[in-house]
Amino acid sequence: MAFDSWQEVIWMGGYGFYVWLAFGISILAIAILVVHGLLTRKKLAQLAVKKQQQQQRIARRKQQERHRSMVTNDSTS
Amino acid sequence: MWKWLHPYAKGEATYRLLGLWQPWLTGLALAFVSVGLVWGLFYAPPDYQQGDSYRIIFIHVPSAMFSMGAYTGMAIAALIALVWQIRTAEWAIAAIAPVGATLTFVALFTGAVWGKPMWGTWWEWDARLTSQLILLFLYIGVLALYYAFNDARTGAKAAAILALVGVINVPIIHFSVYWWNSLHQGATITKFEKPSMPPEMLIPLLISIAGFLFLTAALITQRLRNEILKQELHRPWAMAKLGVEANDGV
Repeated sequence: MAFDSWQEVIWMGGYGFYVWLAFGISILAIAILVVHGLLTRKKLAQLAVKKQQQQQRIARRKQQERHRSMVTNDSTS
Repeated sequence: MWKWLHPYAKGEATYRLLGLWQPWLTGLALAFVSVGLVWGLFYAPPDYQQGDSYRIIFIHVPSAMFSMGAYTGMAIAALIALVWQIRTAEWAIAAIAPVGATLTFVALFTGAVWGKPMWGTWWEWDARLTSQLILLFLYIGVLALYYAFNDARTGAKAAAILALVGVINVPIIHFSVYWWNSLHQGATITKFEKPSMPPEMLIPLLISIAGFLFLTAALITQRLRNEILKQELHRPWAMAKLGVEANDGV
């Protein structure tokens, strides 16, 4: 350890403000990038769920139409 | 080799490969960065001239190195995208640019905060600083172009051209301290000369540099995987990866 106490670590030989500002903002910037990536993935998952529901709706309608046409075909024959 | 490389032009294969790497890259990044920074901040001796202010170097140098390294990688992706029309390479541009821009910002910011106590100024329009600022603008320009068009492929092509033209800035940044009279000091670590740093400072710096290499790779991997999913969302495999069963209406 290059320092004797925590006060000295914070003080950094008089350069504490600069050293901690540099480290703090750098870590914050990278953290924002990581969180943004995680949020993007979450948003994509929500989009995928929406898309799935849409596909299911379309599939259901198609099935109903097929069913209906089958019924009408039966009645005419 | 081409046969072996070919599947990675497809989104799914690349996504899977990146998925294998991501936990390792993230773990190595966390380990090396924390060891490097803690060592540099608390255990490395103070500099005989700059006192404790020099500890900013443990973030400043690695972030500056990989701000340029990421740009070079992005330019290579741009070349591949333009010549071979490979979509994964186009997406890599969009994945690298925000990571590179953040690293460039970190390098500029830590430089300013280091410059204030050492040079007496936050900013100087000197060759190294100005060319690094241009790097930030290039990254922002590439991103803006990528998303500026309704047709994603047109945007990717425009962004690729800017990325490729802008790569000239990378050697300019690197050699700026030798070509012009600069306030900025020369390289601390060179391949050919003995490093101008004692091992007690050099070892944590090298660890931090390795950590930032893994960090850069991990961040790019995360974003490239997102970009692949976004572009391939209409395909069943991407839907499955996002936790839903794709239903094609059959």
